[in-house]
Amino acid sequence: MKAFVHVALKKSVLDPQGKAIQAALAKRGHRGIGDVRQGKCFELQLDPSLSREAAAQEVERVAREVLTNPVIEEYSVRWEG
Amino acid sequence: MKIGVVVFPGSNCDHDALYAAGVLAGQQAVPLWHESEDLEGADAVILPGGFSYGDYLRTGAIARFSPVMSAVRRFAAAGRPVLGICNGFQILCESGLLPGALLRNAGLHFVCRPVYLRVEATDTPFTAACRAGQVLRIPVAHGDGNYVVDPPTLDRLRRERRVIFRYCGRDGRPAPDANPNGALDDIAGVASEGRNVVGLMPHPERAVEAALGSDDGLAIFRSLVQTLAAETALTVAG
Amino acid sequence: MPFSAAQIARQGLTLAEYQRICDLLGREPNAVELAIFGVMWSEHCSYKSSRVHLKGLPTEGPRVLQGPGENAGVIDIGEGWAAIFKIESHNHPSFVEPFQGAATGVGGILRDVFTMGARPIAIMDSLRFGPLAPGKGVSETVAARNQALLEGVVEGIAHYGNCFGVANLGGEAEFDPCYSGNPLVNAFALGIARRDAIFYGRASGVGNPVIYVGAKTGRDGIHGATMASEEFSEASESKRPNVQVGDPFLEKLLLEACLEAMATGAVVGIQDMGAAGLTSSSCEMGGRSGTGVDLDLDRVPQRETGMTAEEMMLSESQERMLLVAERGREDEVFAVFRKWGLDAAIVGEVTAGGMLRVRHGGRVVAEIPNAALTHEAPRYQRPVAAPPSLAPLDPPPGAWPPAVSCAAAFERLLASPNLAAKRYIYARYDTMVRTNTLVAPGAGAGVVRIKGTDQALAMALAGRGRYCRLAPREGARLAVAEAARQVALTGARPVAATNCLNFGNPEKPEVMGQLVEAIAGLGEACRALGTPITGGNVSLYNETLGRGIDPTPVVGIVGILSLAGRVCGWRPPAGHFRAPGEAVLLLGAAPPLPPEEEVRRMGATELADAVLGAVWGLPPALDLERERALHELLAELVGRDLIFSARQVGLGGLALSLAKCALARSVEEPETPFVGARLVLPSGAAPGSDWLELFAEHGGRVVVSCALASAAAVEELAAARGLPCRRLGETIPERLEIAGAGGRVLISMPLAQMAEIWEHALERQVSAEAVAYV
Repeated sequence: MKAFVHVALKKSVLDPQGKAIQAALAKRGHRGIGDVRQGKCFELQLDPSLSREAAAQEVERVAREVLTNPVIEEYSVRWEG
Repeated sequence: MKIGVVVFPGSNCDHDALYAAGVLAGQQAVPLWHESEDLEGADAVILPGGFSYGDYLRTGAIARFSPVMSAVRRFAAAGRPVLGICNGFQILCESGLLPGALLRNAGLHFVCRPVYLRVEATDTPFTAACRAGQVLRIPVAHGDGNYVVDPPTLDRLRRERRVIFRYCGRDGRPAPDANPNGALDDIAGVASEGRNVVGLMPHPERAVEAALGSDDGLAIFRSLVQTLAAETALTVAG
Repeated sequence: MPFSAAQIARQGLTLAEYQRICDLLGREPNAVELAIFGVMWSEHCSYKSSRVHLKGLPTEGPRVLQGPGENAGVIDIGEGWAAIFKIESHNHPSFVEPFQGAATGVGGILRDVFTMGARPIAIMDSLRFGPLAPGKGVSETVAARNQALLEGVVEGIAHYGNCFGVANLGGEAEFDPCYSGNPLVNAFALGIARRDAIFYGRASGVGNPVIYVGAKTGRDGIHGATMASEEFSEASESKRPNVQVGDPFLEKLLLEACLEAMATGAVVGIQDMGAAGLTSSSCEMGGRSGTGVDLDLDRVPQRETGMTAEEMMLSESQERMLLVAERGREDEVFAVFRKWGLDAAIVGEVTAGGMLRVRHGGRVVAEIPNAALTHEAPRYQRPVAAPPSLAPLDPPPGAWPPAVSCAAAFERLLASPNLAAKRYIYARYDTMVRTNTLVAPGAGAGVVRIKGTDQALAMALAGRGRYCRLAPREGARLAVAEAARQVALTGARPVAATNCLNFGNPEKPEVMGQLVEAIAGLGEACRALGTPITGGNVSLYNETLGRGIDPTPVVGIVGILSLAGRVCGWRPPAGHFRAPGEAVLLLGAAPPLPPEEEVRRMGATELADAVLGAVWGLPPALDLERERALHELLAELVGRDLIFSARQVGLGGLALSLAKCALARSVEEPETPFVGARLVLPSGAAPGSDWLELFAEHGGRVVVSCALASAAAVEELAAARGLPCRRLGETIPERLEIAGAGGRVLISMPLAQMAEIWEHALERQVSAEAVAYV
């Protein structure tokens, strides 16, 4: 059981890295790409003995309290297995 | 006076803060290990610059969980002086002891150069010996110093005069290249509601001797010494 | 024979070398042993092509405590302190993966320094890339790749050094088409230690435990040393997995833990696991002490599962050290590493008999005498041919004197990436952490003070590929002279050297010829200037698809600057003019040359290459005796506080040296007014005379500024040392005006306009894409 926590800057916060990449893509002639946001992804391997519910609770807590800074970032969680 | 300098794994300006507070400001300066909750009777605490825990998650994000930070939180809540420099500022923001957050520099690169800072308020333990509007020449050295805060909080910071330092030109006025990182409203440093906790991105401990290019940073350390001395005098008198 | 010729070749060994292995062992090696011999006998680890020639270098002097052969060189700097320093290449890894390659280059050289018990206090880098802008022989694609290499390398250096917490004092960066497929990344580090507390890479004391500390071992960088001993081909792209990833945070912890462990007194010897990892550290420590080392690979902390003995012995995982502790005091060492959250494990023992014995899965998988891997490694007297003549002796028809105006050429040179401000690079480096930096990047040399003493150390790096292309021996001498001159500008006395020899394929006799000549030149200059070589490294096979680099010996010079008796706040002379109304003088002069020789000596200049588009003739002239006298004069002038600024005449000649004197300040203090100068050069009426005066790059010359009232004293002191001293003019606000004989204006430009060109020339050549993708 694996959880993927995707953390990115909130839409309201300027992302200079994303902007630089977007500008570079446009300059290279890549068409049809609008906004680019750079984020990070955490791959959490969960102990198989944990129930799905307990695991979900733990991952939510870690994502909220450690992996994200609520002032500037938001997160989403995707599960595998 | 005893000034404690916290040492996190990855702190690399701890020696510089100890040297500035100890040798140059003439105080007893002691390192405080991150795994201990004992502040060893320090009268003030400095969180120094560096890359605590490698700063791999976010700058300052892991350091806030260390045992010493529980003690620093209690110390701050009791109204005692806490100064966060660079990574220390980032840690204070992550810990919620100061509002806002520090993003990647707008120019994307790490920036190391002298900047000019205007002292916006002198009623903190770290600016008490400064003049309001005084311009200090102090270096920055960081990759994530782009201060952000939501608009209501910014309003509040302005209203409560909690922006303590702003990037400025040599004459103290706003200047086009003065802000090295894109920080909102040219903010270089802010204070807590109680004004006893101050964080700033520039490194006052690197501007403490003319041989290093500037000794303007001594004003910050002198302010602290002056504040603590005044307290002691009051206690003795009381 | 248990191995096919192809299997032997895959380990980078020849059949003759294989036979030598069999002779040394008295039997055929097994696969693990063959791999161990492969890395230890690689060019990178064994110096097999260069060692016989390096013997001729001066390595001893009154201050040298440790010369070549250890992790780094050590010199006595007085007051009970020693400086430990070295320069090393990380060219191949930086080409394959610029960010990590450069980062781990910094990590490696830092470990070489702190493994000796020193705390690193300064790093510098010497960088060479292909041109950033498309042009003659440089396609759009190649230029874009060069930009990406520059960005990756600079970010990698910044990432590692900044996080580790060591001041970066700059260095040098140059651009030439020969580096397009072979960028050079040479990293220098310097640390200090008490001279009675220096640690060496020795495994002494039979029965003492061998302790592994730091990062866990993974499959990173396997065969890195062998890779650094091959030419690059199209297939190199697929070698990417070989590149190690650096962790500067872990290295910072390792530094603190190692210094603390050393302070316990329980550490007998220590060496970092660099190229060839566990293999080289164990057999070299044993080799130096005449002892053996037993290793049990099952006890090695591992990051990956199922690693073979060969993989573990060859892994180049970063941030690891091997140390030998005093038996019975292991716990003191473990306690320190535990405090810093680092892995430490006993993985073996020092034995008698000089054998490296490796166990894995409970059985012995390798048993080789340490000496066979170290002292007995092959040494080749490779065929040497005279260095090829790579350019005509005289300028192409019509090239000299140039058809453009001096002023136009001057403007072009201001924008040449080799001469433009390098702030774009060094602004990303933390130049002052640990608050010792007296002179930050941008002036030529860096200077750090040593707290608690009256001493400061000055250091500079220099390499001159184009000069060496034309005459390797003279080019090498010029590189030594330039680095030493930069150090002398601060008032310091140059006392020791380190070097990094970057060359092409040594199996080509003419490349060996270049190497032999360059080493001879290094030796001559270091002897003449009193700077013995205490260590360094040799990087050969810098060739891609058969195209080699210019021979590029890079020299690092360290000097001692006494601060005794200085007023509080004293700083060495700046690299820029201070205020208007001060005298500008030129110290030193080129040795007199016949007219046709003068023109030949212009063929290697930046003017010839960047403006005229042709290279010919010979490197600039240099008189080593005068050079040494100049250094002594500078120490005297600074000692008596007679001069405010000092800058050498180097690339771009006197004109560009004066330009930098006028512009360097505006970069550091953006809001202070410019100080330029009004000067007259005594150029004659002969055709080309103005060009020689403005743009010749002859060694041994320095521009200084001083109070008008001090000018006579400066002239007298110069005369006393037999050195020419010419008053050029005075500093003025906001402009640079240079006139020739009779007052003909050669160059007249507002400094604001010059700054606009010079300060941003480099970054203008780097696209946003190159920046965004790092």
